[in-house]
Amino acid sequence: MIEEPTPSSTRAAPRRFETAAPPHTRPISSVPRIMRRVLYALAPAAAVYTWFFGFGLLINFVIVALAAVATEAAILLLRRRPVARTLRDGSALVTAALLAFALPPLLPWWIPALGGFVAIALAKQLYGGLGKNLFNPAMVAYVLLLASFPVLMTQWLPPRMGDIDYRPLGFVDQVRYSLLAELPPERTVDAYTRATPLDMVKEGLRAQRPFQELRGHSMIGTFGGRGWEWVGNLIALGGLYLLYAGIIRWHIPVAVLGGLLLPALVLHLIDPSGYAGPAFHLFSGAALLGAFFIATDPVSAPTTDRGRLYYGAGIGLLTYAIRTWGGYPDGLAFAVLLMNAAVPLIDRYTQPRIYGHAKR
Amino acid sequence: MLELTPDRRLTGGIRLLAHKAQSTVEPILRGLVPPELVIGLHQHAGTSAVPIVEVGQRVAKGEPIAVPGPGISAGVHASSSGRVRAIEERLIPTGARLRNALCVVIDTDGEDLPYRDAAASAWPSDRAAQLDLVRRAGIAGLGGAVFPTATKLEGVAGRCRALIVNGAECEPYISCDDMLMREVPEEIVLGVIRMADLVGAPLAIIVIERDKPQAIEAIGRAARAAGDPRLRLAEVPTIYPAGGERQLIELLTGEEVPSGTYPNAIGYVCQNVGTAYALQRLASTGEPVTSRIVTVTGLGVAEPRNVDVPIGTPIGWLIEQCGGYRGDVARLIHGGTMMGYALPTDALPVTKATSCIVAATDEEIRVDFDEWACIRCGECGAVCPARLQPQELVVAAIARDFDDLDALGLDDCIECGCCDVVCPSHIVLTERFRSAKRALAQHVRRQALSSEAEARHKRRERRREAVVEDTRAAQEALKAQLRADEAERRRAIEAAVERAKRRKHGNVEP
Repeated sequence: MIEEPTPSSTRAAPRRFETAAPPHTRPISSVPRIMRRVLYALAPAAAVYTWFFGFGLLINFVIVALAAVATEAAILLLRRRPVARTLRDGSALVTAALLAFALPPLLPWWIPALGGFVAIALAKQLYGGLGKNLFNPAMVAYVLLLASFPVLMTQWLPPRMGDIDYRPLGFVDQVRYSLLAELPPERTVDAYTRATPLDMVKEGLRAQRPFQELRGHSMIGTFGGRGWEWVGNLIALGGLYLLYAGIIRWHIPVAVLGGLLLPALVLHLIDPSGYAGPAFHLFSGAALLGAFFIATDPVSAPTTDRGRLYYGAGIGLLTYAIRTWGGYPDGLAFAVLLMNAAVPLIDRYTQPRIYGHAKR
Repeated sequence: MLELTPDRRLTGGIRLLAHKAQSTVEPILRGLVPPELVIGLHQHAGTSAVPIVEVGQRVAKGEPIAVPGPGISAGVHASSSGRVRAIEERLIPTGARLRNALCVVIDTDGEDLPYRDAAASAWPSDRAAQLDLVRRAGIAGLGGAVFPTATKLEGVAGRCRALIVNGAECEPYISCDDMLMREVPEEIVLGVIRMADLVGAPLAIIVIERDKPQAIEAIGRAARAAGDPRLRLAEVPTIYPAGGERQLIELLTGEEVPSGTYPNAIGYVCQNVGTAYALQRLASTGEPVTSRIVTVTGLGVAEPRNVDVPIGTPIGWLIEQCGGYRGDVARLIHGGTMMGYALPTDALPVTKATSCIVAATDEEIRVDFDEWACIRCGECGAVCPARLQPQELVVAAIARDFDDLDALGLDDCIECGCCDVVCPSHIVLTERFRSAKRALAQHVRRQALSSEAEARHKRRERRREAVVEDTRAAQEALKAQLRADEAERRRAIEAAVERAKRRKHGNVEP
């Protein structure tokens, strides 16, 4: 083509720019931020837990976290993956926090350490790391520990404020027990540990004692287990914060609680002395922690809203069934793992209809 | 005029920071004439226009410099008066990407002299003539897709259930439609009425997002004054990507455009408010498209505002008219920050596709491209307006698993970018889908080619076998013939021998 000389005055020097593919809008969230917020949401409940039951939770959390992070770092090194960046996602700490909440507060150090190792090595990294695991790592570790060390894993402490003759263990005593398995002189583990309210009610109902009578027990507070109910309140508060912050959606918590409370309500109405009421189920054991923090682990849950309703309802119903007719006082961990296994199937059958396609 | 407030909700979508306030303070800057114009002949979708001017020729503003090419195309006009310096290939920005296209380069004379068309006539009454005029006048979707308007209107004319006029402008940063609606609402409304006449639409719905109260007020006033019973004004929620064609139709009617088709398949047609304005200019004054409103904005430009820019104006020069660059410009974006693409240089001309230029600094755009593992949070699926599962699509896209990609609805992705923005793992999604779409299309083409080749091969085999068969049969026939001839010959010899014997023995003939 023909081109005449360009008058130089008409053109400024062109500027060059780096390019990148759209969208150019910054992402509005990040994995570390989500994990941080989950930890924040658990903090008030941890404080109340500590007030009622001593420093066991925090000591266990530190041990689980150290074990989890060390395990993850070691495996990432073996797998030749970026260690610092991956650890920075914060998921190991969330797993540690959830496992620490699930463990009884009085334990020798190697139990939480083993738990942290199992959660990360077996349940997470063997599947390929964050996002690839089929099962909730904290629940895998909890169930493995519960099955392997049933006695240690049921050493629950009674809450402060109980009208039981009881002097709570101090921080130093707790650390001493954790590291050296030593208690203050003239004390035994049995002097400290108690059954949980769930266990007490379950055994009581099995012994044909009416629920109304059990409700009057000193271990039972206003809504559920004494002390536990306040931990539950703050867990629920943390859960509401997660909902408000958009970290979780409502489907799983609502479905878990619905699946647990609906049969509890119906059976309690039919036979008020043979079955514990919904308030007791809601505020005891892992119901609220499970509904808001454990079942909502996105990795091991379905991705569609409809699927999440089925998944949550399944967890709630199975938890109720295990609590009421099963061999364990609480059943949430088992329920979560069972429903985890169903997630691929749920995902497959709850895919939404794509825009512009006919109903399938 | 009925005001519509659809109570339907958009599927998916996200609320984004609009970043529109900065460019809507000043009125539209008009009357600019750049020293040089680089006017692309293939700015629109379809085929390139064909040049009808020569190097050295003087042209006036509005003079046709290229006529529509074959099929889907649009005419191109000089956007100011001057002299054609060159006709050559240049890189120009179009709807979704940069393209090499023939360009007419004009040194302007600063006079901005209008073209006097002796043959110019009033707006015809006949539909075919109207469409032809729209085509030659170079009107193409000024929302940014630059699809030739005549073709789009023709595709629904006579069976249109509603004309949807898009003033939603959901994409961040862009405010050219907003400003146009504020400043010339009467002409937009008249353009809408003409469009409705052209396609025979019983309804003409002007859609504006709720975050543009001044535009809603202005268009509402103009529409009431026009008093056309077909006009409707619909305020829709401010949520991205409500302004997408498919999303608007879903929002207004609850219907969905069937996969693989366009809105005309269900009797709708969407047109941008800027396009309606261009049509009105053409109908009332005979002016073709020689300029468009461009939003020049971003933290990296000194005086963000909207400008009426002659088509072909160099982007660098345009930025200078807005006070020049300010601070460190990290990226120059053509369009908005969701679907717009990054320009490698500002030495590119404005085209009919240029709704917005964002000179973005580090603070306002994504600069970190590190990814974490997918945590299956499902947010991408929740915000997808096409109800896809991006977290599954991306796995198939990386693996180039074409069966999965097809089953998961890759081609239904509208590339809005919502999934990228909400992904907490910062996984690059939309760009992988774009690239997978190209690969899938290629795969489908290749499959079609290979199955065609297979059929061709089979046909050839059959032909070859037939030939072999024919040859064998011919050979057999020939052999039989030869055998018969041989036998005949032998019989003749024997007969001759017999006769000779008899003659020797003096026997009489029988």
